[in-house]
Amino acid sequence: MEFSSILFYVFSFFFIVSSIMMITSRNTAKAALFLILTFFSAASLWLLLEAEFLAITLILIYVGAVMVLFMFVIKMLDTDKSTLRAQFTRYLPLGIFVSIIVIAQMVLVLNAGQFDLAMTGVPEKHDASYSNITAIAEQLYTLYVYPFELAAILLLIAIIAAITLVHRNESRSKKQNISEQINVQAKDRMRMASIKPKSAKESK
Amino acid sequence: MWQSLVDSIHNLIPWFDGGLADVVIILIKGLALIFPLIIAMAYMTYAERKVIGFMQLRIGPNRVGPLGLLQPFADVFKMMFKEIIFPTKSNIYLFLLAPILAFVPAVAVWAVVPFGEGFYIANLDVSLLYVMAIGSVGVYGIVLAGWASNSKYPLLGALRSTALLISYELVIGFVIVTVVMIASSVNLNTVVEKQAGGILNWYWIPLFPMMIVFWIGALVETNRAPFDVVEGESEIVGGTHVEYSGMPFALFFMAEYFNMIFMAMLAVLLFFGGWHSPFEGIPLLEGWFEFVPDLFWLLFKMSFFLFLYFWIRASFPRFRYDQIMRLCWKIFLPLTIVWIFVVALMTQLHIGPWF
Repeated sequence: MEFSSILFYVFSFFFIVSSIMMITSRNTAKAALFLILTFFSAASLWLLLEAEFLAITLILIYVGAVMVLFMFVIKMLDTDKSTLRAQFTRYLPLGIFVSIIVIAQMVLVLNAGQFDLAMTGVPEKHDASYSNITAIAEQLYTLYVYPFELAAILLLIAIIAAITLVHRNESRSKKQNISEQINVQAKDRMRMASIKPKSAKESK
Repeated sequence: MWQSLVDSIHNLIPWFDGGLADVVIILIKGLALIFPLIIAMAYMTYAERKVIGFMQLRIGPNRVGPLGLLQPFADVFKMMFKEIIFPTKSNIYLFLLAPILAFVPAVAVWAVVPFGEGFYIANLDVSLLYVMAIGSVGVYGIVLAGWASNSKYPLLGALRSTALLISYELVIGFVIVTVVMIASSVNLNTVVEKQAGGILNWYWIPLFPMMIVFWIGALVETNRAPFDVVEGESEIVGGTHVEYSGMPFALFFMAEYFNMIFMAMLAVLLFFGGWHSPFEGIPLLEGWFEFVPDLFWLLFKMSFFLFLYFWIRASFPRFRYDQIMRLCWKIFLPLTIVWIFVVALMTQLHIGPWF
C-alpha cells in the first residue's frame, strides 16, 4: 500500500468519526471543535487530490473565520443543558420528517450513477510544477469573470447591509471621538472662575 | 543533501522503501527545525530580559550561570516541576486542548519558511495562503483557554483577543495581497527570489507604508506591547492564561514566542529580501561579503526585528483597547485598500522603477 492511501484512510476515518461526534455531542463547544476537525480532514483529503488551493481556502475561510465567529457566539450562550433538553422532543416529529426527506434525496442522488468512478474517472496526477492556483485563476478571470464579479458585488451588498443593520439606532449609541479627545484644550474643559474668598468670620 | 541521506538509510536497511523513507525524512526535517526553534525561543526570553534591562538601566538576569546564560534552562525546569492546577468546574479536556491548539499552529507555519536557496521543509505553491490559514487557526487556543477556564478574566481576555486577531488578520491579509501583486506569486520562495539584487530591490521601498502597517499588525497578532491588552495586567489580571500553570502555561508562552519569531521572519521574507545579501550588485562590497552564508543574512535581519520587539516594548505605553480597534478599522484598513489600488495601477501601467 502506498503511503498516500494510508493517509487517505486515516483522514477519512477522522472525517467520519468527527462528523458523527459533531452531531451527537451535547456540549456546543465540543460540537464546534469536532466540526473544525471535520473541516481539517476534508482539507487534507482535498490535498491528497492535489487541490491545494481549495484545501487551504477551506481552512482559511471556514476554520479561520466562520468557526471563530461560531465560537464567539457559543461563549455567549447559556450552557445550562436542561433547557436544551426540554426543547428537544418538541421538534422531534418535524426533525424526523426533514431527516427522512434528506436521507431519501441523498440515496436517490448517490444511486443515480452520477458519482461512479466510471462517470467521473480517476483524477489525473500532475507533476510537481503544476500550479493549481494558476489554473483556477485562469478559469476565474477569463471564462467566469462576470459570475465572479457578480458574486463579489453580492458580497459587498451583504457587507453594507450588515453594517447598516448595526448602525440603525445611531442616536442611542455612545461612542468616543478619539481625535476630539486628543485635541482637547484645557480651556474647553475648564472654566476659570474668580470667587472671592470668604472672611474667617463668615465661614463660621 | 536530503537525497544522500535517504540513499544512505536505504543502503543500511534494504526493505526501507521510498514511501517509508519519505515519512522518516519529513520527521527528521521537522525535528531539525523544532530543536533550533526551541533554543532560539529560550534565548529570546533571555535576550528580552537583558535588552529591556539595559534600556531601563538595570542588569537583567545574571545569577544562573555566567552572565545569567543558563537562566532559560532554570525557567524551563521550574515550569516542568510546577503543579498543573485545574480550576473547579472547568472542562478538563478543553482546558488541556487549548494550549495544544495554540502551540501546534505556531510550529506548523514554519514548514513553508525558506531559509535559503532551496533550503526549506516544504515548497508549497500556496505557501503565503498556508501561512495565513494556519496563522488564523491559532486563535482557537486563546478562545478555548478563555472558555474552558470557567473564570471571568480569561473569558474577557479571550474575547478581546479574538476580536483583535480577526481584525488585524484582515489588515495583514491586505498587506500580503500587495506583496503578492508585486511578486505575482503566492509562493514564499518566489517572493524572495523576486527580491534578488541588493537592498534597493527589496520590497520595503515600494511598499514602505505597507511594511509599517505589517509590523504594527504583527505586534498586535503576537500580543506584544504596546498592544498587549489581551493580558493587560492592570485591567484583567493575566488575560487568557490566568488559570494556567506549569507546562500548559509554558506551551502558551512558547506559542507566543514562536509566533513572534515567525512574524519577524515573515517581515524579512516579504519586505527585506529573505536570504539575499544587502550588498548584491554593489561593486566592492559584494566581493567583500561573498563568504557570508545566506542563512546568516536571513537570521541577522530576523534578529533585528526581534530586537525591534523589545525596543518597542521598552518604549511605548499600552494602547487602550478601543484605540487599537480604531487604528485597525478606520486607519489601516482604508490605507491598505487604497494601496492595493495604487499598487495595481503601478504594476499594470509599469510606473516607477520597481515594477
